[in-house]
Amino acid sequence: MADESNRAINALKETGFFKPKKMFDGGKVTLGIIVLLVLVAFPFLYNKGKAAKVPDPKTDTPEIQGLPERERVCVEPKEYMRENHMKLLNEWRDWVVRKASRDYIGFTRKKYTMSLQNTCLGCHSNYDNFCNECHKYAGIEPYCWRCHVNKPKEWAAGKLREES
Amino acid sequence: MRDINRREFLKIAGAASIVGLLGGWEAVELLAPGELEAKYLAKPEALTARRWAMVVDMKKMDEAIAKRCIEVCHYVHNVPDIGDPKREIKWIWLESFEHAFPHRNHEHVAERLKEKRFLVFCNHCNNPPCVRVCPTKATWKRDDGIVMMDQHRCIGCRYCMAACPFGARSFNWGDPRLFIKKGYPGYPTREKGVVEKCNFCAERLAKGLMPSCVEASKGALVFGDLAETTSEVRGILKSHYTIRRKLSLGTEPSVFYMV
Repeated sequence: MADESNRAINALKETGFFKPKKMFDGGKVTLGIIVLLVLVAFPFLYNKGKAAKVPDPKTDTPEIQGLPERERVCVEPKEYMRENHMKLLNEWRDWVVRKASRDYIGFTRKKYTMSLQNTCLGCHSNYDNFCNECHKYAGIEPYCWRCHVNKPKEWAAGKLREES
Repeated sequence: MRDINRREFLKIAGAASIVGLLGGWEAVELLAPGELEAKYLAKPEALTARRWAMVVDMKKMDEAIAKRCIEVCHYVHNVPDIGDPKREIKWIWLESFEHAFPHRNHEHVAERLKEKRFLVFCNHCNNPPCVRVCPTKATWKRDDGIVMMDQHRCIGCRYCMAACPFGARSFNWGDPRLFIKKGYPGYPTREKGVVEKCNFCAERLAKGLMPSCVEASKGALVFGDLAETTSEVRGILKSHYTIRRKLSLGTEPSVFYMV
Protein backbone atom coordinates (compact mmCIF):
# COMPACT_ATOMS: atom_id res chain seq x y z
CA MET A 1 0.00 0.00 0.00
CA ALA A 2 2.76 2.38 1.05
CA ASP A 3 4.79 1.37 -1.98
CA GLU A 4 1.94 2.15 -4.31
CA SER A 5 1.39 5.63 -2.96
CA ASN A 6 5.17 6.33 -3.04
CA ARG A 7 5.21 5.30 -6.64
CA ALA A 8 2.32 7.59 -7.43
CA ILE A 9 4.03 10.52 -5.71
CA ASN A 10 7.26 9.83 -7.60
CA ALA A 11 5.36 9.72 -10.86
CA LEU A 12 3.83 13.08 -10.07
CA LYS A 13 7.25 14.54 -9.17
CA GLU A 14 8.62 13.36 -12.46
CA THR A 15 6.06 15.40 -14.35
CA GLY A 16 7.86 18.49 -13.00
CA PHE A 17 4.61 19.96 -11.76
CA PHE A 18 5.90 20.42 -8.19
CA LYS A 19 9.31 21.72 -9.11
CA PRO A 20 9.86 25.26 -7.74
CA LYS A 21 9.93 27.72 -10.61
CA LYS A 22 11.84 30.97 -10.86
CA MET A 23 9.61 34.05 -10.60
CA PHE A 24 10.09 36.44 -13.50
CA ASP A 25 10.50 40.09 -12.41
CA GLY A 26 10.11 38.95 -8.80
CA GLY A 27 11.31 42.25 -7.34
CA LYS A 28 8.91 44.37 -9.36
CA VAL A 29 5.99 42.07 -8.63
CA THR A 30 6.68 42.11 -4.89
CA LEU A 31 6.98 45.88 -4.95
CA GLY A 32 3.70 46.11 -6.86
CA ILE A 33 1.93 43.95 -4.29
CA ILE A 34 3.26 46.13 -1.45
CA VAL A 35 2.15 49.34 -3.21
CA LEU A 36 -1.31 47.82 -3.76
CA LEU A 37 -1.61 46.85 -0.10
CA VAL A 38 -0.60 50.34 1.02
CA LEU A 39 -3.14 51.93 -1.34
CA VAL A 40 -5.94 49.67 -0.13
CA ALA A 41 -5.08 50.18 3.51
CA PHE A 42 -4.54 53.94 3.22
CA PRO A 43 -8.15 55.10 3.78
CA PHE A 44 -8.44 52.89 6.84
CA LEU A 45 -5.12 54.00 8.32
CA TYR A 46 -5.79 57.66 7.46
CA ASN A 47 -9.14 57.72 9.26
CA LYS A 48 -8.04 55.51 12.15
CA GLY A 49 -9.29 56.73 15.49
CA LYS A 50 -11.40 59.49 13.93
CA ALA A 51 -15.18 59.22 14.27
CA ALA A 52 -17.59 61.00 11.92
CA LYS A 53 -19.58 63.78 13.58
CA VAL A 54 -22.82 62.42 14.98
CA PRO A 55 -25.66 64.15 13.13
CA ASP A 56 -27.61 66.65 15.18
CA PRO A 57 -30.58 67.91 13.14
CA LYS A 58 -31.71 71.28 14.43
CA THR A 59 -35.36 72.14 14.94
CA ASP A 60 -34.78 75.68 16.20
CA THR A 61 -35.79 77.58 13.07
CA PRO A 62 -37.51 80.96 13.54
CA GLU A 63 -40.69 79.45 12.07
CA ILE A 64 -40.81 76.70 14.70
CA GLN A 65 -39.78 79.09 17.50
CA GLY A 66 -42.64 81.34 16.49
CA LEU A 67 -45.24 78.64 17.14
CA PRO A 68 -46.98 78.40 20.52
CA GLU A 69 -45.35 75.80 22.78
CA ARG A 70 -47.97 73.07 22.39
CA GLU A 71 -48.03 73.40 18.60
CA ARG A 72 -44.33 72.74 18.25
CA VAL A 73 -44.92 69.22 16.92
CA CYS A 74 -44.62 67.64 13.51
CA VAL A 75 -47.54 66.11 11.60
CA GLU A 76 -46.85 62.80 13.35
CA PRO A 77 -44.93 62.09 16.58
CA LYS A 78 -41.20 62.80 16.47
CA GLU A 79 -40.18 59.15 16.85
CA TYR A 80 -42.45 58.10 13.98
CA MET A 81 -41.14 60.88 11.75
CA ARG A 82 -37.53 60.02 12.50
CA GLU A 83 -37.99 56.48 11.26
CA ASN A 84 -40.73 56.83 8.68
CA HIS A 85 -40.65 60.31 7.14
CA MET A 86 -39.64 58.85 3.79
CA LYS A 87 -42.62 56.48 3.80
CA LEU A 88 -44.95 59.29 4.82
CA LEU A 89 -43.59 61.49 2.02
CA ASN A 90 -44.20 58.71 -0.50
CA GLU A 91 -47.78 58.43 0.76
CA TRP A 92 -48.21 62.20 0.47
CA ARG A 93 -46.82 62.11 -3.06
CA ASP A 94 -49.28 59.43 -4.13
CA TRP A 95 -52.31 61.14 -2.59
CA VAL A 96 -51.45 64.55 -4.00
CA VAL A 97 -50.42 63.51 -7.51
CA ARG A 98 -52.60 60.50 -8.16
CA LYS A 99 -55.68 61.19 -6.04
CA ALA A 100 -55.79 64.99 -5.91
CA SER A 101 -56.09 65.04 -2.11
CA ARG A 102 -54.14 67.88 -0.60
CA ASP A 103 -55.07 67.91 3.08
CA TYR A 104 -53.60 65.73 5.79
CA ILE A 105 -54.94 65.33 9.32
CA GLY A 106 -52.00 65.17 11.71
CA PHE A 107 -51.91 63.20 14.95
CA THR A 108 -53.04 66.29 16.85
CA ARG A 109 -56.05 66.51 14.47
CA LYS A 110 -54.55 69.64 12.93
CA LYS A 111 -54.98 69.96 9.17
CA TYR A 112 -51.90 70.33 6.97
CA THR A 113 -51.46 70.91 3.24
CA MET A 114 -49.38 68.06 1.86
CA SER A 115 -46.36 69.79 0.35
CA LEU A 116 -42.70 68.96 0.84
CA GLN A 117 -41.52 72.25 -0.59
CA ASN A 118 -43.89 74.47 1.36
CA THR A 119 -45.31 72.67 4.40
CA CYS A 120 -42.30 70.59 5.47
CA LEU A 121 -39.72 73.20 4.55
CA GLY A 122 -42.09 75.91 5.75
CA CYS A 123 -41.23 74.94 9.34
CA HIS A 124 -37.94 73.17 8.70
CA SER A 125 -36.48 76.09 6.80
CA ASN A 126 -32.95 74.92 7.58
CA TYR A 127 -32.32 72.29 4.92
CA ASP A 128 -28.57 72.18 5.53
CA ASN A 129 -28.87 71.67 9.28
CA PHE A 130 -31.96 69.49 9.23
CA CYS A 131 -32.53 67.24 6.20
CA ASN A 132 -28.97 67.17 4.99
CA GLU A 133 -27.51 66.73 8.47
CA CYS A 134 -28.52 63.06 8.58
CA HIS A 135 -28.59 62.39 4.86
CA LYS A 136 -24.95 63.41 4.57
CA TYR A 137 -23.99 61.25 7.55
CA ALA A 138 -25.82 58.24 6.11
CA GLY A 139 -24.29 58.89 2.70
CA ILE A 140 -27.62 59.05 0.88
CA GLU A 141 -28.81 61.52 -1.72
CA PRO A 142 -32.60 61.46 -1.89
CA TYR A 143 -33.65 62.49 -5.39
CA CYS A 144 -36.52 64.58 -3.98
CA TRP A 145 -34.34 67.66 -4.31
CA ARG A 146 -33.68 67.30 -7.99
CA CYS A 147 -37.18 68.70 -8.55
CA HIS A 148 -38.41 69.98 -5.20
CA VAL A 149 -36.55 73.12 -4.24
CA ASN A 150 -34.77 72.73 -0.91
CA LYS A 151 -34.57 76.45 -0.22
CA PRO A 152 -37.80 77.86 -1.68
CA LYS A 153 -37.42 81.35 -0.20
CA GLU A 154 -33.95 81.90 -1.62
CA TRP A 155 -35.13 80.34 -4.89
CA ALA A 156 -37.97 82.86 -5.16
CA ALA A 157 -35.59 85.70 -4.42
CA GLY A 158 -33.41 84.54 -7.30
CA LYS A 159 -30.45 83.76 -5.06
CA LEU A 160 -30.21 80.14 -6.14
CA ARG A 161 -30.01 79.87 -9.88
CA GLU A 162 -28.69 76.36 -9.82
CA GLU A 163 -28.42 73.93 -6.97
CA SER A 164 -27.96 70.26 -6.44
CA MET B 1 -58.59 5.48 12.90
CA ARG B 2 -60.54 5.78 16.14
CA ASP B 3 -64.31 5.68 15.99
CA ILE B 4 -65.95 8.81 17.36
CA ASN B 5 -69.45 8.96 18.71
CA ARG B 6 -72.04 11.55 17.93
CA ARG B 7 -71.24 13.62 21.06
CA GLU B 8 -67.52 13.87 20.24
CA PHE B 9 -68.23 14.77 16.64
CA LEU B 10 -70.46 17.65 17.68
CA LYS B 11 -67.81 18.93 20.12
CA ILE B 12 -65.12 18.98 17.42
CA ALA B 13 -67.46 20.58 14.91
CA GLY B 14 -68.42 23.28 17.45
CA ALA B 15 -64.79 24.08 18.27
CA ALA B 16 -63.94 24.24 14.57
CA SER B 17 -66.71 26.74 13.83
CA ILE B 18 -65.53 29.02 16.67
CA VAL B 19 -62.04 29.06 15.12
CA GLY B 20 -63.61 29.76 11.76
CA LEU B 21 -65.56 32.68 13.16
CA LEU B 22 -62.38 34.22 14.58
CA GLY B 23 -60.84 34.05 11.12
CA GLY B 24 -63.93 35.62 9.66
CA TRP B 25 -63.71 38.55 12.05
CA GLU B 26 -60.21 39.25 10.77
CA ALA B 27 -61.70 39.64 7.30
CA VAL B 28 -64.27 42.09 8.64
CA GLU B 29 -61.52 44.15 10.25
CA LEU B 30 -59.40 44.04 7.13
CA LEU B 31 -62.18 45.35 4.95
CA ALA B 32 -63.33 48.06 7.36
CA PRO B 33 -62.32 51.62 6.32
CA GLY B 34 -59.04 52.24 8.09
CA GLU B 35 -57.69 55.22 9.92
CA LEU B 36 -55.29 55.79 7.04
CA GLU B 37 -57.92 56.86 4.50
CA ALA B 38 -59.47 59.22 7.03
CA LYS B 39 -56.19 61.13 7.28
CA TYR B 40 -56.09 62.14 3.60
CA LEU B 41 -58.73 64.58 2.35
CA ALA B 42 -59.40 66.76 -0.65
CA LYS B 43 -59.56 70.45 0.21
CA PRO B 44 -63.17 71.52 0.71
CA GLU B 45 -62.70 74.50 -1.62
CA ALA B 46 -61.33 72.33 -4.49
CA LEU B 47 -62.95 72.79 -7.90
CA THR B 48 -64.28 69.56 -9.36
CA ALA B 49 -65.86 68.47 -12.62
CA ARG B 50 -66.65 65.39 -14.64
CA ARG B 51 -64.75 66.64 -17.67
CA TRP B 52 -62.81 69.87 -17.61
CA ALA B 53 -62.75 71.80 -20.88
CA MET B 54 -61.51 75.12 -22.22
CA VAL B 55 -62.92 77.51 -24.80
CA VAL B 56 -60.53 79.95 -26.49
CA ASP B 57 -62.47 82.99 -27.64
CA MET B 58 -60.42 84.20 -30.62
CA LYS B 59 -62.44 87.43 -30.83
CA LYS B 60 -61.21 88.51 -27.40
CA MET B 61 -57.80 86.87 -27.59
CA ASP B 62 -55.07 89.06 -29.02
CA GLU B 63 -51.32 88.49 -28.98
CA ALA B 64 -50.76 90.70 -25.95
CA ILE B 65 -53.20 88.68 -23.84
CA ALA B 66 -51.80 85.45 -25.23
CA LYS B 67 -48.27 86.45 -24.29
CA ARG B 68 -49.44 87.38 -20.81
CA CYS B 69 -51.07 83.92 -20.46
CA ILE B 70 -47.86 82.21 -21.56
CA GLU B 71 -45.75 84.30 -19.21
CA VAL B 72 -47.96 83.63 -16.18
CA CYS B 73 -48.25 79.91 -16.88
CA HIS B 74 -44.55 79.45 -17.40
CA TYR B 75 -43.79 81.43 -14.25
CA VAL B 76 -46.11 79.54 -11.88
CA HIS B 77 -44.92 76.17 -13.20
CA ASN B 78 -41.19 76.95 -13.25
CA VAL B 79 -41.00 76.30 -16.99
CA PRO B 80 -37.47 77.12 -18.18
CA ASP B 81 -36.82 79.58 -21.00
CA ILE B 82 -34.08 77.83 -22.94
CA GLY B 83 -34.33 79.75 -26.21
CA ASP B 84 -33.06 76.92 -28.42
CA PRO B 85 -36.13 75.60 -30.29
CA LYS B 86 -34.62 72.12 -30.35
CA ARG B 87 -34.50 71.93 -26.58
CA GLU B 88 -37.31 74.32 -25.61
CA ILE B 89 -39.90 73.45 -22.96
CA LYS B 90 -43.40 74.76 -23.54
CA TRP B 91 -46.71 74.27 -21.80
CA ILE B 92 -48.61 76.90 -23.77
CA TRP B 93 -47.52 78.69 -26.92
CA LEU B 94 -48.64 80.44 -30.11
CA GLU B 95 -49.14 78.66 -33.41
CA SER B 96 -50.28 79.79 -36.88
CA PHE B 97 -53.64 78.60 -38.25
CA GLU B 98 -51.83 76.43 -40.76
CA HIS B 99 -49.95 74.58 -38.02
CA ALA B 100 -52.67 74.53 -35.40
CA PHE B 101 -55.41 73.36 -37.77
CA PRO B 102 -53.62 71.65 -40.71
CA HIS B 103 -56.72 69.68 -41.66
CA ARG B 104 -58.71 72.89 -42.06
CA ASN B 105 -56.10 74.90 -43.90
CA HIS B 106 -56.28 75.55 -47.61
CA GLU B 107 -55.05 78.24 -50.00
CA HIS B 108 -58.21 80.34 -49.76
CA VAL B 109 -58.74 80.27 -46.02
CA ALA B 110 -60.15 83.53 -44.62
CA GLU B 111 -57.50 86.18 -44.11
CA ARG B 112 -58.55 86.92 -40.54
CA LEU B 113 -57.67 83.30 -39.68
CA LYS B 114 -54.52 83.15 -41.75
CA GLU B 115 -53.08 86.20 -40.04
CA LYS B 116 -53.93 85.14 -36.50
CA ARG B 117 -51.78 83.13 -34.17
CA PHE B 118 -53.62 80.68 -31.94
CA LEU B 119 -52.93 79.97 -28.31
CA VAL B 120 -52.36 76.22 -28.06
CA PHE B 121 -51.63 73.84 -25.18
CA CYS B 122 -52.39 70.28 -24.14
CA ASN B 123 -55.87 69.36 -25.37
CA HIS B 124 -56.56 67.01 -22.45
CA CYS B 125 -58.10 64.61 -24.95
CA ASN B 126 -60.96 62.37 -23.97
CA ASN B 127 -59.16 59.57 -25.81
CA PRO B 128 -55.52 60.45 -25.14
CA PRO B 129 -52.97 58.54 -27.25
CA CYS B 130 -50.15 59.57 -24.90
CA VAL B 131 -51.80 57.65 -22.06
CA ARG B 132 -52.12 54.51 -24.15
CA VAL B 133 -48.42 54.35 -24.94
CA CYS B 134 -46.97 55.28 -21.54
CA PRO B 135 -45.21 52.15 -20.26
CA THR B 136 -45.14 53.24 -16.60
CA LYS B 137 -48.53 54.96 -16.23
CA ALA B 138 -46.66 58.16 -15.53
CA THR B 139 -49.32 59.88 -17.58
CA TRP B 140 -52.96 59.00 -17.14
CA LYS B 141 -56.44 60.46 -17.50
CA ARG B 142 -58.03 61.52 -14.24
CA ASP B 143 -61.74 61.07 -13.52
CA ASP B 144 -62.24 64.78 -14.23
CA GLY B 145 -60.72 64.48 -17.72
CA ILE B 146 -57.35 66.05 -16.96
CA VAL B 147 -54.49 64.19 -18.61
CA MET B 148 -52.06 64.28 -15.72
CA MET B 149 -48.32 63.67 -15.46
CA ASP B 150 -46.57 62.03 -12.52
CA GLN B 151 -42.97 63.22 -12.84
CA HIS B 152 -41.95 60.73 -10.16
CA ARG B 153 -42.77 57.88 -12.49
CA CYS B 154 -41.63 59.25 -15.84
CA ILE B 155 -38.65 57.33 -17.21
CA GLY B 156 -38.14 59.69 -20.15
CA CYS B 157 -38.85 57.20 -22.93
CA ARG B 158 -40.70 59.89 -24.93
CA TYR B 159 -43.30 57.48 -26.34
CA CYS B 160 -45.94 60.00 -25.29
CA MET B 161 -44.24 62.71 -27.32
CA ALA B 162 -44.33 60.49 -30.38
CA ALA B 163 -47.98 59.67 -29.73
CA CYS B 164 -49.24 63.22 -29.16
CA PRO B 165 -50.39 64.70 -32.49
CA PHE B 166 -50.34 68.23 -31.07
CA GLY B 167 -46.71 68.52 -29.95
CA ALA B 168 -47.97 69.43 -26.50
CA ARG B 169 -45.20 67.62 -24.68
CA SER B 170 -41.61 68.71 -24.11
CA PHE B 171 -38.59 66.74 -22.98
CA ASN B 172 -35.96 67.95 -20.54
CA TRP B 173 -32.69 67.32 -22.33
CA GLY B 174 -30.79 68.95 -19.50
CA ASP B 175 -31.25 70.40 -16.03
CA PRO B 176 -34.11 72.92 -16.44
CA ARG B 177 -33.10 74.87 -13.32
CA LEU B 178 -30.24 76.48 -15.16
CA PHE B 179 -32.76 78.27 -17.40
CA ILE B 180 -35.33 79.43 -14.86
CA LYS B 181 -34.86 83.15 -14.50
CA LYS B 182 -37.28 83.69 -11.63
CA GLY B 183 -38.16 80.75 -9.43
CA TYR B 184 -41.72 80.23 -8.22
CA PRO B 185 -41.69 78.64 -4.75
CA GLY B 186 -45.22 77.18 -4.95
CA TYR B 187 -44.39 74.53 -7.52
CA PRO B 188 -41.49 72.13 -8.00
CA THR B 189 -39.20 72.13 -11.01
CA ARG B 190 -38.46 69.13 -13.18
CA GLU B 191 -35.22 67.21 -13.56
CA LYS B 192 -33.20 66.14 -16.55
CA GLY B 193 -34.81 63.25 -18.43
CA VAL B 194 -38.54 63.74 -17.85
CA VAL B 195 -41.37 64.85 -20.13
CA GLU B 196 -43.68 67.69 -19.13
CA LYS B 197 -46.78 69.48 -20.38
CA CYS B 198 -49.79 71.58 -19.38
CA ASN B 199 -51.76 70.04 -16.50
CA PHE B 200 -54.80 72.36 -16.66
CA CYS B 201 -53.41 73.75 -13.39
CA ALA B 202 -54.49 70.68 -11.41
CA GLU B 203 -52.56 72.05 -8.42
CA ARG B 204 -54.59 75.28 -8.54
CA LEU B 205 -57.96 73.55 -9.05
CA ALA B 206 -57.20 71.51 -5.92
CA LYS B 207 -56.96 74.80 -4.01
CA GLY B 208 -60.14 76.24 -5.52
CA LEU B 209 -58.38 78.48 -8.06
CA MET B 210 -58.95 78.74 -11.80
CA PRO B 211 -56.04 77.89 -14.13
CA SER B 212 -53.45 80.65 -14.26
CA CYS B 213 -53.91 81.32 -18.00
CA VAL B 214 -57.68 81.73 -17.51
CA GLU B 215 -57.07 84.29 -14.78
CA ALA B 216 -54.63 86.19 -16.99
CA SER B 217 -56.81 86.05 -20.13
CA LYS B 218 -59.33 88.84 -19.37
CA GLY B 219 -62.19 86.55 -20.35
CA ALA B 220 -60.68 85.24 -23.57
CA LEU B 221 -60.33 81.80 -22.03
CA VAL B 222 -63.37 80.12 -20.51
CA PHE B 223 -62.86 77.06 -18.34
CA GLY B 224 -65.60 74.74 -17.12
CA ASP B 225 -67.27 71.37 -16.95
CA LEU B 226 -68.11 69.92 -20.36
CA ALA B 227 -70.28 67.24 -18.81
CA GLU B 228 -72.46 69.81 -17.04
CA THR B 229 -75.24 71.01 -19.37
CA THR B 230 -75.65 74.28 -17.48
CA SER B 231 -71.96 75.23 -17.44
CA GLU B 232 -70.65 78.38 -19.14
CA VAL B 233 -68.54 76.29 -21.49
CA ARG B 234 -71.58 74.34 -22.67
CA GLY B 235 -73.53 77.57 -23.08
CA ILE B 236 -70.87 78.97 -25.41
CA LEU B 237 -70.61 75.74 -27.39
CA LYS B 238 -74.38 75.69 -27.83
CA SER B 239 -74.61 79.18 -29.28
CA HIS B 240 -71.30 79.68 -31.11
CA TYR B 241 -69.41 77.99 -33.90
CA THR B 242 -66.30 76.30 -32.48
CA ILE B 243 -63.56 74.14 -33.92
CA ARG B 244 -61.15 71.68 -32.37
CA ARG B 245 -57.66 70.65 -33.46
CA LYS B 246 -57.21 67.58 -35.69
CA LEU B 247 -60.61 66.18 -34.77
CA SER B 248 -60.35 63.52 -37.47
CA LEU B 249 -57.65 61.74 -35.49
CA GLY B 250 -60.26 60.73 -32.93
CA THR B 251 -58.49 61.95 -29.81
CA GLU B 252 -61.50 64.11 -28.85
CA PRO B 253 -59.76 67.28 -27.60
CA SER B 254 -61.29 69.20 -24.69
CA VAL B 255 -60.08 72.56 -26.00
CA PHE B 256 -62.44 74.46 -28.28
CA TYR B 257 -61.63 77.46 -30.47
CA MET B 258 -64.32 80.06 -31.12
CA VAL B 259 -63.37 81.52 -34.53
